[in-house]
Amino acid sequence: MPRPLDARALAALAANPGCRRRALLDGAGVDKGALAEALGSPSAAFGQSQFAIARGNTFESRVKSDGGTELLRLLHEHTGGEAPKDAAVPDLAAAGPEGRAARTALALREATAAGGWTLLDHPMLALEVAGSPAYLEPDAVVVAPDGRWTVVEIKSFPMIDAAADPSKVGAAARQAAVYVLALERVAGLLGDTPGPADRVAHSVLLVCPKDFSNLPTASLVDVRKQLSVTRRQLARLTRIEEIADALAPGASFALDRPAPELTETVESVPAAYAPECLAACELAFHCRDRARAVDAVTALGRGLRAELGGLGGLGGLGGLGGLTSVGAVLDAARGRAGDPSDPAVAALRRAAALRAEALEGAAAGGAVCR
Amino acid sequence: MSLIATLARLEAVETGRAAPLATVRHRHLSERPLVLVPLTTSGEAGAPLGALVGTDREAPRLLVVPQPRDRELRFAFLAELADAVLPHLDAYADEVEAAERNETDPETGKKVKVEVELCADAPQIVVPGRAAIDFVRLLGRSMRFRRTAEQDPDTPHPAPPRVPLLGRWLTHYGERARVPGSALLLAATDLLGRHWATGQSSLEDQHLGALLAWIDPPEGASGAEAALRAELARDGDGQLLCPPAGPATDPAFDNKLLAPAIDRYDRARQALYAAQDGEAADARLGDLTRAEQEIRRLVGEQLRPTWEAVWQSLDLLRELPGAPRTADRWTRDRWSFTAHRDRVRAGEPPQPRRDDAVTAAAKLASRETAQAQLEAQEALDDPLVMAGRRLAGEAFAGEVVDVVMAWSESKRPSPRPLVTVRTDDAPHLAERAKVFRSLDGKPQSAEFVGYQADGALVLRLLDKMGRSKDPAPGSVPEKGDRVCWTLFEHDQRGGPRLPDPEATPWTHGGPPGTDAEHPDPLTPEDLL
Amino acid sequence: MTVAERGFDPGAAAAEATGRILHDTLHGQARGVVVDSPPGAGKSTLVVRAALELAAAGRPLMVVAQTNAQVDDLVVRLAEKEPDLPVGRLHSSDADPYDKSLDDLPNVRKSSKAGDLAGLDVVLSTAAKWAHVKDVEPWGHAIVDEAYQMRSDALLAVAGLFERALFVGDPGQLDPFAIADSGQWAGLSYDPSASAVTTLLAHNPELPQHRLPVSWRLPASAAPLVSDAFYPYTPFRSGTDHGDRRLSFGVPSDGSAPDGALDEAAEAGWALLELPARHTPRTDPEAVRAVAQVVRRLLDRGGAATSERSPDPVPLTAARIAVGTAHRDQAAAVRAALSELGVTGVAVDTANRLQGREFDVTVVLHPLSGRPDATAFHLETGRLCVLASRHRHACIVVCRAGVTDLLDEHPSTEPVQLGVTVKFPDGWEANHAVLTHLGEHRVVWRP
Repeated sequence: MPRPLDARALAALAANPGCRRRALLDGAGVDKGALAEALGSPSAAFGQSQFAIARGNTFESRVKSDGGTELLRLLHEHTGGEAPKDAAVPDLAAAGPEGRAARTALALREATAAGGWTLLDHPMLALEVAGSPAYLEPDAVVVAPDGRWTVVEIKSFPMIDAAADPSKVGAAARQAAVYVLALERVAGLLGDTPGPADRVAHSVLLVCPKDFSNLPTASLVDVRKQLSVTRRQLARLTRIEEIADALAPGASFALDRPAPELTETVESVPAAYAPECLAACELAFHCRDRARAVDAVTALGRGLRAELGGLGGLGGLGGLGGLTSVGAVLDAARGRAGDPSDPAVAALRRAAALRAEALEGAAAGGAVCR
Repeated sequence: MSLIATLARLEAVETGRAAPLATVRHRHLSERPLVLVPLTTSGEAGAPLGALVGTDREAPRLLVVPQPRDRELRFAFLAELADAVLPHLDAYADEVEAAERNETDPETGKKVKVEVELCADAPQIVVPGRAAIDFVRLLGRSMRFRRTAEQDPDTPHPAPPRVPLLGRWLTHYGERARVPGSALLLAATDLLGRHWATGQSSLEDQHLGALLAWIDPPEGASGAEAALRAELARDGDGQLLCPPAGPATDPAFDNKLLAPAIDRYDRARQALYAAQDGEAADARLGDLTRAEQEIRRLVGEQLRPTWEAVWQSLDLLRELPGAPRTADRWTRDRWSFTAHRDRVRAGEPPQPRRDDAVTAAAKLASRETAQAQLEAQEALDDPLVMAGRRLAGEAFAGEVVDVVMAWSESKRPSPRPLVTVRTDDAPHLAERAKVFRSLDGKPQSAEFVGYQADGALVLRLLDKMGRSKDPAPGSVPEKGDRVCWTLFEHDQRGGPRLPDPEATPWTHGGPPGTDAEHPDPLTPEDLL
Repeated sequence: MTVAERGFDPGAAAAEATGRILHDTLHGQARGVVVDSPPGAGKSTLVVRAALELAAAGRPLMVVAQTNAQVDDLVVRLAEKEPDLPVGRLHSSDADPYDKSLDDLPNVRKSSKAGDLAGLDVVLSTAAKWAHVKDVEPWGHAIVDEAYQMRSDALLAVAGLFERALFVGDPGQLDPFAIADSGQWAGLSYDPSASAVTTLLAHNPELPQHRLPVSWRLPASAAPLVSDAFYPYTPFRSGTDHGDRRLSFGVPSDGSAPDGALDEAAEAGWALLELPARHTPRTDPEAVRAVAQVVRRLLDRGGAATSERSPDPVPLTAARIAVGTAHRDQAAAVRAALSELGVTGVAVDTANRLQGREFDVTVVLHPLSGRPDATAFHLETGRLCVLASRHRHACIVVCRAGVTDLLDEHPSTEPVQLGVTVKFPDGWEANHAVLTHLGEHRVVWRP
C-alpha cells in the first residue's frame, strides 16, 4: 500500500532535491522507514515522543477552541481589517480525501462569497504531484471578509520574546508554502477575480505557545521564497518517470522481496547522500553505509566536498563527477597519485606538508619558528 | 574549514581514529569545573525533566521532576538547582585581587585609573553540547523574571530569592558563551571538536558519544565502529545503549519507559489524595515514593552515561598542554564574572528580555574583537593553527638570509633594518603591506618592501627596537634565524565608543523605555 | 525603437527624480531622506550636487562614506566641480591615510582631528573615523553614502553627529556582514548587523524614499535583465537605447570559442562561454585560462566602443576592461594567467572590490562554475548583481555547464527568523533568471 505524499514529505523534497533515490521513492509512495528495515539498515528514528504529540494536540485544540475566537483575533491583530465576530466554522466532513477536498473547495467558495470571517478547521487540499494527486491537510485556513485566504500553521515550539527556533520556523514555512500552492490551485479552479496569487495570502500565520505558557501568540511569516522554490521543485518532480526508466524492467520495491534483490533495486537509483539526510530521510543510514563503504568523501559533509571540489578527476569514482574516495585524496596529498600541476593537487600537497611539519615540530617539543 | 582540517578528517577515516587539529589546548579548563547535564521534557519549552550536577565526578547530585507538567514540581526543581549551583558560584565571589580599570571621570571626561576588585578565579560550567548551552539560556530566561514574595506579596507562585538569582547568573553565562574564545560556560562537544577531527561529518560530531568514540575508542574497536554503536545500538527493550546527551530524550525512552512510569506516579498520587484513612494513606504514600523512585532511577540512568562522557572529555583535554594565551582570555572571563557579581550586588534589575540598540551594538563589537583576537592567539599559540594561516596566505614562515641596517630619514634617525626572508609559503602581500611577528610576546611590525629575483622577500622592520640609533640587542632577527610573520594583527583595537543608551539617536528609535520588565504571565491552569 | 516611441525620456526622468530629492533634502521637514540608486544611476553625481547645494545655501555638512577610496573620490569630485569650496578631509592617523592626489587641491584641508576642520563647508570621512569624533557641535546636515553597505551599528556610532541626513545607496549590492554571530538580534528593528537603511526605515517609516530611475552605465541590453533579476520591486531603465552603443572589432574572428563569445557579446551585450561540466578547484585552470584568453583577444582584435559620449569609436584599452571573480584566489590565478599572456593594466578583482566601479567590458568567472554545491556565499544576490552590472557595453561570463542543475539540486533548508523582512530577490531565483538569459547567448568552448 503506497503512502500518499503529505505536505511534510513534499517540503522535505526540498531538503535534498538532488537525490534521485528519494524523489523516486517518495513519488512512488514507498514507505522508506519500512524499506530501510527490509534492507536491514536501522531506520532513522523520526518517532515522536508521546509527550510532544500530546502537547501539540492540546495546544492546537486550545488555539481553536471557542469557535476559533482566539485564532481569528491573532490573525486580525497582524492583518487588520474588519474585526472578527461570528466566524463561520463549516463542517468539512466527507467520505475519503477526494470528498473532503471537494467539500473544502465548496466551503472556500461559499466563505468567499459570504464576505465574513470563516475558519476552515483541517480542510483537505489536493495538489497534483508528479502525475498523481497528493492530499494535504493544513491545520486551518481562514477566509477574511475581504476574500483573502490565509494558511494557519499551529506549532507547539515556543515563541520566546517574539523569537523562535529559526530552523523550526523554516520547516514550518516550507510546509506552509505547499499549502499556499495547493490553495492557489483551488483559487484557480474557482476562476474568479482576483487571480489565485492575490486571493491566497503569501504570508502565513504561525501560531505558537508564548514564552513558557500555553497561551497562543502568533507571527506572520512571509513564505514567498519557499513558494518559488517549492513551485520549481514540484515542476521538476515530473521527471520521476525518467528516473524510473533507469530501473531494470520488473524491478519493484515490494518489501517482501529478499534483501539482496531489494538492495540491488535501491542501489540502481543513484542517491545524493549528505550528512543532513540523517535528520530528514528514513533511508539515510542505509545511504550513509553505502557512501562509507565506497570511501566517499561526501559522507564527511558538503563543506568538505567543496573544499576538495577539484579532485573529481583523480579516479575515485570518476564516472560520478565529483565523487571522490578518501583514499584517492590521501594518495594525492602524499604524492602517490595526481598531477602536481593541477592546482588542487598542489594545494593538497602543500597542506599535507605544512600539517606534517607542524605536528613533527610539536612532537619535537619546540615551536616551528617565532 | 581549511584544507589542513579536511586532511585531518580524511586521515581519521583512514586510521579509524580521530586526528589532532591542535597541538595545545586552546581553552582554559578550571581545576574544579561544575558539570551540568540537563534533560528536558519533549515538546515542552519550560519543563525540565531532570539533571545531574556537581563538581565531584563520583558524587553527582540527581535532580528529577517526577511529573514535568506539574508547575509546583517544576518550580521545586529550579529551587533545588539553585541550591546545587549557587554555592559554587558564590565560592568564587569573594576571593579577589586588586586591579586597575580605565574609567571616564563623569566630571572631567578624562580617562582615570580606578582601583577595583577582580575575582582571582571564576567558576566554570561544562555541559555536554550546544543544545545544553541553549537550554542554560532558556532556564535563565525562565527564572530571572520570577517574583519573590518580598517583591510582590500577591504573586500567586512566589519564588525563593535564589531562583531569580540563578536565572540571572545562567543568563549571564549563556550570553558569555556567545563570546568567541570565552570559557565560563563550555560545551564538551565544542571542546573536543576544536582539538580533534573525526572520520565523520561535523554534524555527526554533535553526538557526544560518537565524537568520544572516535577520539578514545574502547580497546580493540575502531573509532568508526564505536561511533556507530554509540549512535544506534539498542538493547533488547529497544533502548539506546548510549542515550542522547540531551537535553532532548530519545522518543523510545519517553514512550516505552518514562510515560508508563509517570502514569504510575500520577495514579499513585491520585490514590493518595483519595485515601480515606491514615493507614491507607501510609500505604499509598509508599506507592507514591516507589513510583517517584522509579522515575528517578530511569532519569538517572539516562543521564549517567552523559555525565561520564563529559568527565572523560575533560580528562582527554587535560592531556594536552595548555596554550599560553588562554590565560589572557581567562582573565577576560574573570572580569566578566566580576562585573556581573558587582551588578547583582548593586541591586540592578535582571537582564532585559531583549537588548537595547546600544547594548546589542556593543556586544556585537566586543564579540567581533574577541573573534579576531581568538584567531590570532590560536595561531600564535599553535604551529598547527599557524600552518592553516600560512596555507591561506595570511602568514609565512622562513629563514632570514640577509639583514641590512638602515635608518629612517628624520632628524633623529631610528633603526629601520631591511630583513630578507626566504619562504616556501605564498603570502598575499599587497604593496607596503604590514606584517607582524611575536617578539617576547609583543608584536613587532614590519613593512613589505618587495620580492627579490630569487623570490625571497624583503621586509623593513618598523618598531620594538628601542629608542637608540642602534637597535636593542635581540630585537632584529639574525641571518639563519627561523621567523614567522603574520599579515593579521596580534592585538585587536576595541571599536569606537557608542553613545549611552539614554542618548540613542533618532535613527535607532531614540532612548529605550525605562519600564521594568514584567514577570512572565502564568498559564491559568497548572499544566503547561 | 527611439526614445520618443517608447515614450520615456531618461534625461527628463532622472532630472525630475533628482529635483525631488534635492527639494526634500533642502526644504523638506523630514529628518532623513533615502535614495535607492541602481548601478550606474549617478549616485556620486547626486551626492556631490546635494553637498554643493547645501553648502551654497550656507548649511555646512558632514559626509560619511564607507571606505577611504570612496571619501577621496568624493573629495576630488567636489573640488572638480567647485575648486574654491573649503573642504575638509578628516582622516585616520595610520600611515598613508588618504590619496596623495588630495595634496594638490589647494582648498582641501586634511587633518586627523575634527577640531582642525571646524567651520569648513563640507567635511568628509569614513564611518569608522567619524565614529571616533566626539565633543563637537553636531552638524545640521549629513550625507551618508553607500548607506546599504553600512552596518546599523556604524550608523548608531555616528548618528549623534548630525541633525538630519540624506542616505544614498544601492540596495542590490553586497550586504554588510559580521564576523561574529548576530542571530540573537535578528528580528529586532535595530539589529546591529543589519544595514543602516533597514534600521533607519524600521524606526522612521514615514521618511521620504526616492529612487534614481535611470542607469547611465548599463546599456539597453543589460538594464532590463539586471532590473528584473535584482530590483524586481524598484525597476529602472537604461539611459541609452539599443544602437546608442556599439562594440566592434578591427580584426575578424579566428573561429575560436573566445572570439565567438566576443562577437556574441558585441552583438547582444551578453555572452556565456560555456566549458564542459566538471567539478573543479576554485581556481579551475581551464576556466581561468579561458578568461585570460577572452581578455587577450579583446585587446588583440582591436576592440572599439562607440557611445553617446563619443560618436567616434574609442579604442578598447586594458584600462576599460575588468575581470570579476567571487574569490581572491581566483582573482590571483587570473592575474597570473593574464601576465603569462602578456596582458597588463586590466583590473582583476573580487565582487567586493569591484563595487562602485565601471568599465566598458567585463569578463566574469561565474561564482558557481565548477562548484559541487551552491553555498550561501555563492548564492548571495549582491555578488552576482555586482558582477553583472559593472559594464557599459558588454559582459562575457565564463562558466562550466551544469550550474542550472546545481541550483535545482540546492537544498533549501534555510532557517527563518521571525520578524526579519525577507530580502528580495532571492539569490537562488536571481541566479536562475540570469542563467536563463545567458543561455540565449551561449557559446560552447572548443579547446
